[in-house]
Amino acid sequence: MIMDFTDPFILTFLLLLVCMLVAMIRVLLGPTTPDRVVGLDTINTLVIAAMIIYGAAFDEVIYIDVAIVYALLSFITTLFIAKYLEGGRL
Amino acid sequence: MTYVEWVIYVFLGVGLVFNFLASVGLMRFPDVYTRLHAGTKCTTFGSIFLSIAVMIYGVWKYREGDTALISLSIHTFIALVAIMLTNPTGAHAIARAAHRSGIKPAMAVVDDLEEKEEENDND
Repeated sequence: MIMDFTDPFILTFLLLLVCMLVAMIRVLLGPTTPDRVVGLDTINTLVIAAMIIYGAAFDEVIYIDVAIVYALLSFITTLFIAKYLEGGRL
Repeated sequence: MTYVEWVIYVFLGVGLVFNFLASVGLMRFPDVYTRLHAGTKCTTFGSIFLSIAVMIYGVWKYREGDTALISLSIHTFIALVAIMLTNPTGAHAIARAAHRSGIKPAMAVVDDLEEKEEENDND
């Protein structure tokens, strides 16, 4: 698949990947566990936005369906990690 | 280049700036709660603008004759609703979990939630 780098959607997609890399530094450095969870949550939202932009770049609706499912699943993951950090039973 | 393309570019630019500010805030802020503030609110706001850009793109292509692309707008709207419902809820859960696992806000003078929880323990 040949990417056209002058397409604004592809350019936005690549810059969102850069944002994800910066957030990943916080996941690696984070002094406490909640810091890493916050970094992960930010990366999740950026992935959803990047999937929507990618679907628009190639005019494919199926990528946006994947983004919807990813949003709901990442929400459940965040809730479970938060519950685990609190020390409650799952 | 039509004015619709300019509108799409502006919305993409605003969304990108806010998403990038979220990453910068995640790196620069001192403790969990301020990082949560940057990382969650800015990405929600930025994603709203990126989704609106894609919705405008879908409607624009639909009006130009490519009728299959109206579903792009509808599905993006559903994804946007999912983001707006789940993102603040997840942030609230993380903040409560961080406070209950004993992490204090950096440079905070008053901690109302802690006083409230001590009152509840005494009852």
